[in-house]
Amino acid sequence: MSRLREALGKGGFTFTGEIGPPKGTNIAPVLHEAEEFLKDCVVAVNVTDIQTAVMRMSSLPVCKMLLDRGIEPVLQMVTRDRNRLALQSDLLGAAALGIENVLALTGDHIVMGDHQGAKGVWDLDSVGLLDAMTKLESGTDLGLTMKGEPNALDGVPTFFKGCVVAPCTEEVEPQIIKLEKKVAAGAQFVQTQAVYDPRAFEAFMKRIAHVKVPVLVGIVLLKNAGMAKYMNKNVPGVRVPKRIVDRLAAADKKDVRKVSVEVAGELIREMKGMCAGAHIMPLGWDKEIPRVIEASGVK
Amino acid sequence: MIVTEMKPVDEILGMIEGEKGVFILCCGGCPEGYKSGGLSKGKDLAEAVGAKGVTVTGVAEIEFLCNKALAGVKLNRSREALRGADSILVVSCGVGVQAVGNVADFPVHPAMNTVSMGGRQGLWPGEERCHQCGDCLLDRTGGLCPITTCSKSLVNGTCGGTKEEHCEVDPKRPCGWLKIYQRLAALGRAECLKALNAPRDHRKYDFPDARRSTVLWALEVAAEETEEAVEASRGTDT
Repeated sequence: MSRLREALGKGGFTFTGEIGPPKGTNIAPVLHEAEEFLKDCVVAVNVTDIQTAVMRMSSLPVCKMLLDRGIEPVLQMVTRDRNRLALQSDLLGAAALGIENVLALTGDHIVMGDHQGAKGVWDLDSVGLLDAMTKLESGTDLGLTMKGEPNALDGVPTFFKGCVVAPCTEEVEPQIIKLEKKVAAGAQFVQTQAVYDPRAFEAFMKRIAHVKVPVLVGIVLLKNAGMAKYMNKNVPGVRVPKRIVDRLAAADKKDVRKVSVEVAGELIREMKGMCAGAHIMPLGWDKEIPRVIEASGVK
Repeated sequence: MIVTEMKPVDEILGMIEGEKGVFILCCGGCPEGYKSGGLSKGKDLAEAVGAKGVTVTGVAEIEFLCNKALAGVKLNRSREALRGADSILVVSCGVGVQAVGNVADFPVHPAMNTVSMGGRQGLWPGEERCHQCGDCLLDRTGGLCPITTCSKSLVNGTCGGTKEEHCEVDPKRPCGWLKIYQRLAALGRAECLKALNAPRDHRKYDFPDARRSTVLWALEVAAEETEEAVEASRGTDT
């Protein structure tokens, strides 16, 4: 059984981390960092799926490589690049490889990435992908036999199905309605977009109190004040309060990492009573993850 | 000419379930010329849904619903019938349904699927766009098309990429799903958003060779096929 499912079921505070596959075949540095800094700190590690539409190595083999190193992966799957046949096919492949945790996402728009003329697929959306997983678990798929009957699978997968939500988005009601749909379609855990405003997160958690699935708050390490400002300007659903921007701006260049880790640790400390865990997205600063967890005072 | 076809009556009944009264508005443009719609088909529809216990407060035809200014003025003439209606059932292509939704402060339901633009539509001065997907879901989206307004053509709601009410990939493009949410909330029908929409059936995008063969196909067929039907439809219009 998925350790993530088990940990969230127990009700303690659960940490997950994240790595991004390389652009190229040189997988060693990513695997090294995962083993060195994530393995003993987090319950599971998300492997991103062509994030921000910038072409990279596929998530699935990297998940398998983590598994082989005793690290539990969360397979991220976006619906931007594959139609319903390919998505279901990869899901069966993941199950055969022993990958149980799958996070369903719409995926950033093609024009955010480095292949802007590519065709965006979105044959399914994130709700449709969760529904597809639920169907596969019930022993059938999205298709039909020649007689118009559901197809029967030879061997049935089990998934621990995740979804995302942006708690600090401008208009939160449509996000909540969609979250309800994701849960209705089978989502069993939630990892959020980056949150920097504990009060806004608290208000959001109250509004989704009726949604009975564990929520891991998203923590993105801010590498400097410029990154915080960039996110405020360009990343929908993310708001970094001025006090955090100022704190990063005031830090000496040599201390920025330390301040960044402190900020992340404090955010987790403030929000740990509101949710089931934290999903830390280090964006390359993998080696800071142990320090963030230490700073949060959870362990 | 835009090629349209009536949705099955059962699907239409599903859309208007629970409505106290429904006003049927027919486009007198392409659907009339193509004989897929028009006033006579609107009256047939009124009879069919009336037989299932739905109150139809009126049936009217306006030429080229895609001409929003004209449609708005002419729709005003039916205000008595509209007063008793909860919603408008629009017998037109997806552009017409969206145009009516934009000029009338009413929930709209599409009575037709739009199969193909088949060349050039009558008039289209507005921002409404129809993707000719052949499986119109405007009923669940407040009369705003998510296939054409959402940059990802999502069917189950916002992706989270809304920035200052616009799409993150284009600051000049309003977020389609936010507009849909706002329209439905204003109409008191935000619960429509909670329905799970199935993945699209892409077969419906395609249409038979006969239809694809020529731009003028619809007109040619209209000229050859059904002189009697044309007469008959004129007879029932008066």
